[in-house]
Amino acid sequence: MTRSKRRWRQGIWIALLLAPAFVIMGSFVALPLAAALRYSFYSFNGLAPVGFVGFANFATILFEAPYSGWTLRALGHNAIVFAALMILQNGLAYLIAFALLKTLPGHRLHQVILFLPVVLSAVIVGFLWKLMFHPLFGVVNAVLALVGIGAVPWLGNEDTALGAIIFTNAWHWLGFPALIFLAGMQRIGPETLEAARLDGAGDWVLLRRIIWPLVAPATTSIFTLTFIGSFNWFELPYVMAGATGSPGGATDVLGLYAYRMAFGSATTGLQDFGRGSALAVLMFLFLAVVSAIALRFLRRREMEL
Amino acid sequence: MLKQRVHRLALLATAAWGIATSLAQAGEVTFWTWRQEDKAVYTELFADFTKANPGITVKFEAFPTENYNTIVSTALAGGKGADVLHVRAYGGLEALAKANYLVPLTPANVPELKNLPADAQASETLRADGKVYAVSLAGQTLGILINTELFAKANVKPPTDWASFIAAAKILKAAGITPIANGTATPWMDAVFHSVFSNPYLGPQFVADVLAGKTNFEDKRYIDATAKLLELREYMPAGFTGVDYPTAQQLFSTGRAAMFVGGSFEIAPFRKANPALKLDFIAPPGPSGAGPVSRFFDSGFAINAKSPHQDDALKLVRYLGTPEFAAKAGEKLGNISSLSGVTNPDPLLGKVAALNATAMPYIMLVHFRYESPTGSDLLQDGVQKMMAGTMTPAEVGTMVTQGIAKYYVPFQKK
Repeated sequence: MTRSKRRWRQGIWIALLLAPAFVIMGSFVALPLAAALRYSFYSFNGLAPVGFVGFANFATILFEAPYSGWTLRALGHNAIVFAALMILQNGLAYLIAFALLKTLPGHRLHQVILFLPVVLSAVIVGFLWKLMFHPLFGVVNAVLALVGIGAVPWLGNEDTALGAIIFTNAWHWLGFPALIFLAGMQRIGPETLEAARLDGAGDWVLLRRIIWPLVAPATTSIFTLTFIGSFNWFELPYVMAGATGSPGGATDVLGLYAYRMAFGSATTGLQDFGRGSALAVLMFLFLAVVSAIALRFLRRREMEL
Repeated sequence: MLKQRVHRLALLATAAWGIATSLAQAGEVTFWTWRQEDKAVYTELFADFTKANPGITVKFEAFPTENYNTIVSTALAGGKGADVLHVRAYGGLEALAKANYLVPLTPANVPELKNLPADAQASETLRADGKVYAVSLAGQTLGILINTELFAKANVKPPTDWASFIAAAKILKAAGITPIANGTATPWMDAVFHSVFSNPYLGPQFVADVLAGKTNFEDKRYIDATAKLLELREYMPAGFTGVDYPTAQQLFSTGRAAMFVGGSFEIAPFRKANPALKLDFIAPPGPSGAGPVSRFFDSGFAINAKSPHQDDALKLVRYLGTPEFAAKAGEKLGNISSLSGVTNPDPLLGKVAALNATAMPYIMLVHFRYESPTGSDLLQDGVQKMMAGTMTPAEVGTMVTQGIAKYYVPFQKK
């Protein structure tokens, strides 16, 4: 067998092995993205694209009332979700990871319990917590009643609905950042931590001055995943508050808004693939650009630290 | 030689598979709906159809309500989908018809259209070309379902006007019974709730004025009628802003609440959930008497323009427009048929049908659910906020008017 023939065969093998991944990525990622981009420049007559409208769909959702107001409101809610999850979910995960690092009695059981909700589907978690927050039959209000706190319609109150769903998200995902932080902490040499202890560093100083800089790569991953997850938030608000972001749009986020715009709410809305696609394209661009900038910044931070 | 043989074999196999497939599907019509709960009834009705049309069977397929629009639109856009589709009415129908996904029905190809009154045909008509695209199934009426046993227990008579309604609610509440089961957590129910209680205060003249472009939803009549809803908050379940549609249904069907504000389409599910429930359907309270109720047509049957079984699909749709089907479906599904002259033997549905004689349209569905943002989307958002105390009735009127003004020219002048 000549060398060129061998290379040719090798090439075919590589192509064959890569083909399934290419086909899957092409069919389920690249094609829908390209279709959304194309649709975003068309107006729709019912469900059929009828005319090229340039950037009109983008202009409508960004600058034309009431759509612009709804877009801003949804974006604001996504930002709140991101900030809240970074502080509550990931902050708590950092502290829990440190507690687990200490290998206190029962830490393995705690680790399992902590990670257990992560393996559940968001639909199940959302449904369970929707029942727990129920104003009439919910466990949350029943427990609060024991300590004399009156019933609150958690998911029906504009002031508490988004917070209740954020709490559910934190409960669901807490184990994931905790595990990443723990893995990062376990990579720190024990001699480093012991040396700090000998120099009189307490837990707080250890967490702030020694561990925090050394888990920078873990922080980068968690920040990026939380950012993408927060701005793509869909399943939990959809299950717990419905496609309309009930009550009164208090839980509306970009994912729900784009879905509603493209496919219409269950019975009362109309479908508009053009505007829905335009919003999806904007979300994609926003996520890609901000993630890229944040990654660059965080990687540089890792080097500096 | 070998190559040629293989090719010939492959060709033969393909042809055989093609013939076998087409034989297996010959005479089979697929039917899509969101009414999974009606499968048994449709199976029986389709068996009747097959008996009358030997050789044509109907394959029933149901999809979840919340995803039905998405599934149908995606399938039709890809040139697929069932041969016969259960479609929505008004704006929901237009979305499919505008895109040329449905076959227009005429008295020539579907003579059964003559069985339908004008308003039922209008509900399945594309306004742009004036053509009918579906055979309307049923009319629905919005009003108040009451548990007569609970009323009797509290020694209170069903209300006939606003004052007696509030008085009855007070007595029921004092007796430890939740007067109204509804909450506001499910937005589409808020639009229903609004229509039921505001129509008696608005009257048909208001609708005529809106359609004539003489007024809009900032009209004092509309704001005052909307404000009446605020008086009902204290008679709704505790934490009503968090009470959703399924919870309200449970409260009513288990006898914990005395009244359920909803449609005639609730009668059958309530009877199924609790056969012992003593039900009545009453018109909503007005300033000086009961009614009018709100009415609309809810769905119809259409033919997929890309269906490879056009003739069989047409036969099925024609059957779905016959008085025989309408009578049996109405009785079995607990519906009031859209067809003229078809009555329902059920006394309660008979009472609802009588209330329809003076009904007003369910305004937002019948007139303002054709373009985005729909009147329903705007109103339900506003009512939800108003009932939670974060918006005033006047602000609701302004929000609805400004939203609809995007596409409704008469509102742009005002």
